[in-house]
Amino acid sequence: MAEPMGFYTDTTVCIGCKACEVACKEWNQLPATNGGRSTLSGDSYDNTRRLDGIHWRHVKFIEQFDADRRQGRWLMMSDVCKHCVRAGCLEVCPTGAIIRTEFDTVVIQSDVCNGCRDCIGACPFGVIDVNPVSGTAQKCTLCYDRMRAGMTPACAQACPTASINFGTIRELKQTAQARVEQLHGRGERGAYLYGADDTMLGGLNSFYLLVDKPEIYGLPPDPKLPSRNLERGSVWSAIGAVAIGIAGLLSLRTRRTGDA
Amino acid sequence: MPSTFFTESPHWRWLIILYFFIGGLAGGCYFVASMIDLVGRPADRPLARLGYLIAFPAVVICGLLLIADLGRPERFWHMLLQSATWRPMLKTYSPMSFGAWGVLVFGGFAFLSFLGAFGRDERRHRLALLRPPALLGTIISVLGGLAGLFLASYTGVLLAVTNRPIWSDTSLLGALFVVSSASTSIALLLLLGSRRALLGGGLHALARFDRIVLVLELIMIAALIVSLGSLAGVWLNAWGALLVLGVVGLGIVVPLVLHARSHTPVSAAARAAALLVLVGGFLLRVVIVLSSETI
Repeated sequence: MAEPMGFYTDTTVCIGCKACEVACKEWNQLPATNGGRSTLSGDSYDNTRRLDGIHWRHVKFIEQFDADRRQGRWLMMSDVCKHCVRAGCLEVCPTGAIIRTEFDTVVIQSDVCNGCRDCIGACPFGVIDVNPVSGTAQKCTLCYDRMRAGMTPACAQACPTASINFGTIRELKQTAQARVEQLHGRGERGAYLYGADDTMLGGLNSFYLLVDKPEIYGLPPDPKLPSRNLERGSVWSAIGAVAIGIAGLLSLRTRRTGDA
Repeated sequence: MPSTFFTESPHWRWLIILYFFIGGLAGGCYFVASMIDLVGRPADRPLARLGYLIAFPAVVICGLLLIADLGRPERFWHMLLQSATWRPMLKTYSPMSFGAWGVLVFGGFAFLSFLGAFGRDERRHRLALLRPPALLGTIISVLGGLAGLFLASYTGVLLAVTNRPIWSDTSLLGALFVVSSASTSIALLLLLGSRRALLGGGLHALARFDRIVLVLELIMIAALIVSLGSLAGVWLNAWGALLVLGVVGLGIVVPLVLHARSHTPVSAAARAAALLVLVGGFLLRVVIVLSSETI
């Protein structure tokens, strides 16, 4: 297996240009929404709103302003599939359409997926959704086709501020750690890495440098694997089934005994 | 905000709600039928026959609902076979994968017992081998009954093994679904049994079975709400009202009162109680599925 590859996204240098969104759409031939007509959110410059089956990159605009709007700041973050080392979508996929590649990334094989949508609810980050054209679940492939050809993913290639960094996870972690220390040195004490260590789902192969709480960026503070409920849920189901069995036995056998 | 609120809904709506309901009836009716066949009186065998006659068509409908709900229905077989190698596709740790095989296996037992239900006919007496007390029939009924319980309960585990609010915030949905499947199945057998004026003794036993199961269901719903803790607050809306009034009130409490007042399971009150249990069971699945889907 090749060395694990991924993204490190430094949100502090994202300018919200959305070049990554456009490059992703163009390379992956993702369709426009609403027949190509603009659909404005009406309350933000963010008109994409969320990741889904036809938006595999999404630049979030987080607008933090006081009530009188004298004080405020913009936080921007180019969101994408996290390519979790322990991936919930891969766990639940019943067709084997979701695979881990030789680059340690997570890819949905569109020709295998049958659109059951189990992976959508299983993803802790709300990354996956159905592409209405293919009828299958889709998300970022980390440009698997480009990587196999030795190329940089389209979004990272297009990013003009090096907010999206692509490379080996080992190198990306070093770069990211150095950037955190640099920011701390400049007084930005709130800077930290989200998902860079293996405590979060074994590590996210697409991790982030943030300067506020994860929730502010629309990221879960404590993402978990869906399988955490498998054992307990099964045991309780078995207990429920045994209770039904006993109730049935009592109802039917009592009468039988009475009849005897 | 809990981490489950940062996820997306899988768009499981009416087809899946219907599948959960009809799948519960298929598994539950088969289980009750096998219980009657295995431990009940021989005189009650027509009731068991009714259960088998319901279970197989119901599981066929389930298969069709599941296929219709797929984004690519023509690829339904990818659930069972690897599309590239044609080898079996089974992930024991994926409830949907395990469940797909469960539907298939249960369907097989339901089909055999469906055939066995025609064994009382003189010309098809060999089919009687597929039902107890024949050895083969006993094996089929025991294994099919267990598969029926699996079909009735795994859907709750399937919901729990996601990251969605409510569904993955409790481990009790599978247990609740299996209990609810039993109550709705007994209600359906009571309803159809009384229409066919089947044996009163068997219906009395089923009515007693239903009362016990309804009380169990009430306990399970209370336990579910307790297990959700502060998250149960998301039901302080129309879904919560539907749960309390529709599922608990109309679907459990009123039928229990009607059962208590009715002296015979073929009375109008008993039939109304059975009908309300079925409505309550359906509403339970509506509330569980849609209250999370709409978050």
